[in-house]
Amino acid sequence: MMGLGILLRKELREQLRTNRFIAVVAVFVLFGILGPLTDRYMKELVDAIGSQSGGFSIAVPPPSLAGDLVQIDKNLSQFGIICALLLAMGSVAWEKERGTAGMILTKPASRAAFLAAKLIAISATLGVATILGTGVAYIYTLLLYPTAFSLAGYAAMAALMWWILVAFTAITLLGSTLTRSAIAAAGVGLVALLIMGIVGALPVIGPYMPSSLGEPARALAMGQDPGWILGPVLFNLALVPALFVISWLVFRRQEL
Amino acid sequence: MAESAWMHTLDATTIALVLIPILVLQLGLMLFALYDLFQEDRRVRGDSKIMWALIIALVNLFGPLLYFFVGRDDSRGAEIGDALPASAEKASADSIARVLATWPSLPQTTDAAVVTTGLTKRYGGGVLALDHLNLTVPSGSIFGFLGPNGAGKTTTLRLLTGLAMATEGTGSVAGVAIGGSGGELARNIGYLDQDPRFYGWMRGRELLTMVGQLHGLHGAELRGRVGEVLEIVGLTDAAHRRIGGYSGGMRQRLGIGQALINQPRVLFLDEPVSSLDPEGRRDILEIISKLRGTATVFMSTHILNDVERVCDRVAILNYGHLVVEGPIDELLDRYAQPVYELEPEPRQPGAVDRLAAAMRGQAWVGEIKTEPDVVRVFVNDPKVAGAAILPLVVASGVNLVRYERARPSLEDVFLRLVAESGPPVAAPAPVPVWGLDGRGRR
Repeated sequence: MMGLGILLRKELREQLRTNRFIAVVAVFVLFGILGPLTDRYMKELVDAIGSQSGGFSIAVPPPSLAGDLVQIDKNLSQFGIICALLLAMGSVAWEKERGTAGMILTKPASRAAFLAAKLIAISATLGVATILGTGVAYIYTLLLYPTAFSLAGYAAMAALMWWILVAFTAITLLGSTLTRSAIAAAGVGLVALLIMGIVGALPVIGPYMPSSLGEPARALAMGQDPGWILGPVLFNLALVPALFVISWLVFRRQEL
Repeated sequence: MAESAWMHTLDATTIALVLIPILVLQLGLMLFALYDLFQEDRRVRGDSKIMWALIIALVNLFGPLLYFFVGRDDSRGAEIGDALPASAEKASADSIARVLATWPSLPQTTDAAVVTTGLTKRYGGGVLALDHLNLTVPSGSIFGFLGPNGAGKTTTLRLLTGLAMATEGTGSVAGVAIGGSGGELARNIGYLDQDPRFYGWMRGRELLTMVGQLHGLHGAELRGRVGEVLEIVGLTDAAHRRIGGYSGGMRQRLGIGQALINQPRVLFLDEPVSSLDPEGRRDILEIISKLRGTATVFMSTHILNDVERVCDRVAILNYGHLVVEGPIDELLDRYAQPVYELEPEPRQPGAVDRLAAAMRGQAWVGEIKTEPDVVRVFVNDPKVAGAAILPLVVASGVNLVRYERARPSLEDVFLRLVAESGPPVAAPAPVPVWGLDGRGRR
């Protein structure tokens, strides 16, 4: 891939200079803190509000380590996907629209390198944010639930969460390659999210969807048996390069 | 009391654990975004900083996110008034010549720099942007590629630089076939888009360094080349500034700089001066003219005065067809009609109209153009015209302050040939082309 290293350095510098890196990390850390706290204090807060409003009550499960991990996974996955969409939606579309893609691609730089640099840089940003977000969540969980739980399992959960985000980045990058509009690219990502949510509920193929990896990931963190996950994990590992190849095939012949 | 239960729930530890980190993060991100927004050279989508400030401040957490991901516009330069001082916008003719004297000259060769054979581009919906273009551009020339808007100039440049694929035909640039892969074409060319946009967050020197690296330069050679290019385009003083703060003229010069970093054999410039003020135009034309002998320059434009100033050959394109190609002097000799200019004395009511009426209908008159104080008479037979014009002026009763046979301009030739070539006789048959955006951009 001609020029990959140079373009990757440019992409990483762009994440830093445009403050997107800081914004994403801040969001992940914020929701990393909020995850354990939401689970720990939600019941008390709801009960307190209920008693203030004269007996109004909502059934909230008591705080637990399992609930804590669910909150961490939910928070970081949901807001992580939003960040992945925001990072990837304009990455190619805006460069095509502004003409910077044309400027770069009349130099000795391959189109595959142009796309790969973006996918790797966004994945790296999301990776650092996931490490920091789940790291903070881990510390808060230890403070709130001083029960021993597997760090390796928790790390496996974080790694799976990150890979889900990378998969959504690859989908949105494909959308951004197909269109000249960042909004349309985000639309592609959101539609894919919706379809995967529906397909994820189906038997047989459901467990292979990226969004279906959450449950086994949490089981790993709890030190429980996640069930048969080799197939879904391998499928999702292959999904990202497959999406990248499709993006490249589209972009290879595209006129700028 | 319920309130005391609430207070009890949120004890000091909880407050420290829950509220402080969250507030610090949220407020910190918001203030950071607001600080970024009100940087002097920052541009935002929609142009309203107040609107973005409200979004950042009021839309909890997502405001700053939206601003950083959607709101910031890093591709545009500064507006007039925000730009760097004029002292940062000077290109010195001496320094350009001094640096270019150290660059390798183009090898003496009879091979053409650009050759196209039947090059055709048809967009989705059957729009024929370029129709069997056969063109040969001699090595070392400064070549003006002329045509009205929509003639197919930009399409040709996109085909020659590899940004678009030809529907039919072949072409080569510096001996390298267009449409291939592997970077061989890119290593031999430089390209400047008609509206050059760069990464606004980058500094001028960083952009040139990155482009140099893509061309395989590194170490001392890279640093030296970047320095030379900055000197040629007169941006040495502004090299450490963010491109987002550059004026339109500075961006244009940076665009030429990035196109020159590899000492290209062929430099493609798409409307390089059309958006510039007279001073900016002069600077860019100075650079282009100094490149003679160092690179073949292929320049599309519709500003004919500039072409006459710097180009030695031109091609005129209309409706995707090549109308004519050749050295400027040859075209003027072959196609320019001799023109006589008659300027009446002031304070003679209707003088211009009376002069025009006196000339009209004469067999040797090709065309008459009137301006508020000048009548321009294009003639078919200069010998007859030379003898006949003055008696007709006397008969019209108009006194002249000026009567001269003017040198026909390239503009006269251009307008005549474009008018004569007209639109294509038959509309092209629509051929569906698979296009991802379907916009048929030229």
